[in-house]
Amino acid sequence: MHRKVFAYPYIVWMILFIAAPMLFIFYYAVNVDGVWTFAKCWQTLSDPQKWRILWESVKMAFNTTALCLLLGYPIAYILSNMKKSVAGFISVLFFVPMWMNFVLRTYAWYAILEYALPDKISAAISGTEGAVLMVLVYNFIPFMVMPLYNCLTKLDRSLLEAAADLGANRFKTFTKVVLPLSVPGIVSGITMVFIPAITAFTVPALIGNGNYHLYGNEIELAFKQMSSAGDYSIGSTLSIILFALVIISTMIMNRVDGSNAEGGTLL
Amino acid sequence: MKKVRSSFKYVYLGLMLLFLYLPILYLIVFSFNEFSTGRRISYANLGKWKGFTFANYGRIFTGEAGSALILTLEIAVITSIVATVIGTAAAIGINSMKKRPRQLITSVSQLPMVNPDLVTGITFMMLFAFINGILVKMGMAQVNDFVKLLVAHISFSIPYVIFSVLPRLRQSSDMLYEAALDLGCTPLQALWKVVIPDIMPGISTGFIMALTMSLDDFVVSYFVSDLRSTLSVYIYSSARGAKGVNPALATVIFIPLVTLLLVVNLRRLKKEHEDEIQNRKVKMK
Repeated sequence: MHRKVFAYPYIVWMILFIAAPMLFIFYYAVNVDGVWTFAKCWQTLSDPQKWRILWESVKMAFNTTALCLLLGYPIAYILSNMKKSVAGFISVLFFVPMWMNFVLRTYAWYAILEYALPDKISAAISGTEGAVLMVLVYNFIPFMVMPLYNCLTKLDRSLLEAAADLGANRFKTFTKVVLPLSVPGIVSGITMVFIPAITAFTVPALIGNGNYHLYGNEIELAFKQMSSAGDYSIGSTLSIILFALVIISTMIMNRVDGSNAEGGTLL
Repeated sequence: MKKVRSSFKYVYLGLMLLFLYLPILYLIVFSFNEFSTGRRISYANLGKWKGFTFANYGRIFTGEAGSALILTLEIAVITSIVATVIGTAAAIGINSMKKRPRQLITSVSQLPMVNPDLVTGITFMMLFAFINGILVKMGMAQVNDFVKLLVAHISFSIPYVIFSVLPRLRQSSDMLYEAALDLGCTPLQALWKVVIPDIMPGISTGFIMALTMSLDDFVVSYFVSDLRSTLSVYIYSSARGAKGVNPALATVIFIPLVTLLLVVNLRRLKKEHEDEIQNRKVKMK
């Protein structure tokens, strides 16, 4: 008996529940109540409102990613320069919130913005685009810090000494040595933040007080809240666009990163 | 100058940690707040201190919150056990495959990890809608929420188990398995007595990953289940409703989570520290 057979139950499971479900996005996009038609799909694709929301979401995700990088890089950098035992402990503190129910944490921000601040400030902040951005950054910053930290701790310290010996000051060492060497960390940080940020629908729903709408909410609406016929078709079409976006950005990131990790050959 | 710089660093880290923990602490503080007015309880006004009480903790385990909590735990425990068994077996099988099929399977397995939760969630939603459509036509009972949740959770957890176990398998030598066979073990005995103990750290990491992924999931459960809510779904729907969310839930989730993560990580840190010392000794020789 070859050991291969142990993978068979999983292969069956994988085909049924990982590969096959993906096909249903395409199935329901062009099949409305048992009738094959492109009409609904085309109607969704030609709706300028949908594209505007997608553009809004991409902008929001971009801002989130940029802020996470700007705020997260110093954290990872400082941690990587600390004594290892101390850094190990503090880094765990940074990653703990990542595992705690993000709906609950987002709800907590809603409560803080709505009830804990003085009335005037609360009225100015609560439910705005800025508030949504802040909570998105809050939710995703650990996902940026983690790959950066992993990358920076592996950096060979002797390179920094070499740069110093060759006359580079701290700033120059950073821009010419540390930053280029941390590109893989930056790239995986961006992939871990950007796509989830486009699809985040809980944060706009809870923080935006219902007047702020992103692409994820559009999909949620199509599947969960409308009860008219053909809503699966709209949602599926929107998801296909999203899926294409995921593939494109993954390919770009793989190109930038250069190093191809084993197994990641599909995209 | 140097002192200023280093204190600036600690201030920055402190501020960021405050940013990360502020909402959690806020909920924990308010979990001791009195929310009932007369006989009605509303958690909506989560900012006005009305008095100290433990009553909120009693209410977590009753009513809708209680059944959501139980459902979440049931799903998480079954998911992590099933995913660990299937995933570990799959990893052992995949590891012994030739390069092409191995790459194909690992690539497909990465789908749930690369895909946004939203896409994973709706694909399961549509799969079950399709299956239930057929079952109704055949006059049979539909797939219920519990089974749907279980299948979805197991599916997105298995890859995490596989990718925790595979690196361990690559580190360990094939010779051990062969030696066990030569010494008279059946293949199953060889796996059970030699291979499994060897890759145990990978298996336990995978188990914990599956458990936390399942406990923490919101998006997939939200799309998959129609009538029954897991804890996250319950929190989301009551956060959007008028009644608000019982803040005591934060403490109940946070304390076990922190304990679990600290134990796991401190064990890892200690191990790394020992490895470091070991390496240094080897180098000195």
